[in-house]
Amino acid sequence: MISEDDVKYVAGLSRIYLQDHEVGSLQKDLEKIIGYVEKLQKLDVTDIEPTSHALPLTNVFRDDEIKPSLDRTETMKIAVDQRDGAFKVPKVIE
Amino acid sequence: MTTTQTQFETVIGLEVHVQLSTHTKMFCSCQNIFGEDPNTQVCPVCLGLPGSLPVVNKKALEFAIRIGCALGCKINSFVKFDRKNYYYPDCPKNYQISQFDKPICYEGAIDIPTEDGTHKTIGITRAHLEEDAGKLVHADDCSLVDYNRTGTPLLEIVSEPDMRSPQEAYDYLQKLKLILSYLDVSDCDMEKGSLRCDANVSIREMGATEFGTKTELKNMNSFKAVRTALEYEINRQHKVVLSGDKVIQETLLWDENKMMTVSMRSKEAAHDYRYFPEPDLVPFTVEQSTIDEVKHHLPELPEPKLNRFIDEYKLSEYDATIIIQERCKANFFEDCLKIYPDGKKVSNWLNGAVLQEMNARKSEITDINLTPERLVELIKKVDDDTISNLVAKDVLGMMLDSGKSSAEIIDEKGLAQVSDDGALDALIDELVNEHQNIVEQIKAGKDSAVGFLVGQAMKKSQGKANPKKVGELIKRRLLDG
Ligand SMILES: [Zn+2]
Repeated sequence: MISEDDVKYVAGLSRIYLQDHEVGSLQKDLEKIIGYVEKLQKLDVTDIEPTSHALPLTNVFRDDEIKPSLDRTETMKIAVDQRDGAFKVPKVIE
Repeated sequence: MTTTQTQFETVIGLEVHVQLSTHTKMFCSCQNIFGEDPNTQVCPVCLGLPGSLPVVNKKALEFAIRIGCALGCKINSFVKFDRKNYYYPDCPKNYQISQFDKPICYEGAIDIPTEDGTHKTIGITRAHLEEDAGKLVHADDCSLVDYNRTGTPLLEIVSEPDMRSPQEAYDYLQKLKLILSYLDVSDCDMEKGSLRCDANVSIREMGATEFGTKTELKNMNSFKAVRTALEYEINRQHKVVLSGDKVIQETLLWDENKMMTVSMRSKEAAHDYRYFPEPDLVPFTVEQSTIDEVKHHLPELPEPKLNRFIDEYKLSEYDATIIIQERCKANFFEDCLKIYPDGKKVSNWLNGAVLQEMNARKSEITDINLTPERLVELIKKVDDDTISNLVAKDVLGMMLDSGKSSAEIIDEKGLAQVSDDGALDALIDELVNEHQNIVEQIKAGKDSAVGFLVGQAMKKSQGKANPKKVGELIKRRLLDG
């Protein structure tokens, strides 16, 4: 069972701000999804190796060679606010 | 005070983050470099921009395997990366790429010395690769973010909760740093943050089998600070428990100025990282042949080297311990021994005068204008009485300043010892006249008085008189006559 508090907690983890009326419908959706996963849980997978990736590839590397970084003027264009070449954000520590 | 005072045992586990000194970052080709202007070493991967994809740096994986082998770890043949989800401005994509259930290394150990001269084994649970986060600077009105450090390759080395005192924690860190410094995988510079340590600590009643509630200590910027912070925190936990309260599981920051731990009142939410496999990176397999290859190329590690130096060169454990503290110094020592037989003498020089010069110049042995050949040449000048030990120390300083050989300096400055009987006799004439009372003491059998006269002779000759010869001549004149 998914409670309203579960929905609010999960939303909080993902920084999603819900209206009160959205909580109820999401609760039902989440229950359906979790219910489906529970169905899968019943399958016997003892001899099946866990899939850690959908692509049948392994060992994709890059050599340790430096390539140019972005120009800072370019980078800082995406900053909402900035100071002294740094991204300026609301204070995160009291 | 009651007689039934509870005895507590301390339990400490450490998490050490080692920044790997690869040329580029963990998942992109930006330069891995410290001290540049903010946000000049970043790319779309560093910034977590949509559409950017990480690619693993092969060197970082190699370094991790090298460290794992040196710490006696098993290396996983199957390695994958996972996302650790959290929201904080130091991490623009809102997850850190780390390793959850398939760390590259696991089940290793480090031996630390104990007071009774034996050693204690501290287990290493695992070591996993991950990326560093950006750097936050907190101003009065805001926080400022620099993403240069984002994506720096880290190996997080997690110990078992095997340490029982702050000193053991300190010894573990020293030993770990020493081993790492032999591997050429990190500059191990705590000031630059290349080596960072968090500590988990709890107390429990002596004899208890369950662990007590632990707190996590962060923000210690030296090994000494780790030790002091642990001492403070253990004391605090004692007081909490003895007053009948319970220790709360929390993260505490060490405040170096106030010398106390403070609760981290951050706006970061409770830890619920929801790890899942990183879909942007495919898994890795590590062949046994790769591991064998790495093991084969490992340098001789500090402990075997220590034992070999004691055995092969007849060094005391104390001298050998200092020599092996730095790999370049150990190499220098052995290069000297290839052309000169007396290990004890070379180690006295390296741990004495040469060390002083290194400290005065704040330099490593490789950066002070000294080669093993030059040092041995200098030692031989003392052996054959060309100069005294005292003068030799000055000559060493001049060699380093000028880049000249000891022979050149002794020649130029006329520093060669006077061993010639005639010249020394004249010097002794003067001394005998000036110090009649000492002469009487010597004649009365006071041996130490000879030393005084020799000292005066050295002074008068500005260190050039051969002290052994002077001593002999004084004795011959005053006692044999
Ligand atoms: Zn980058």
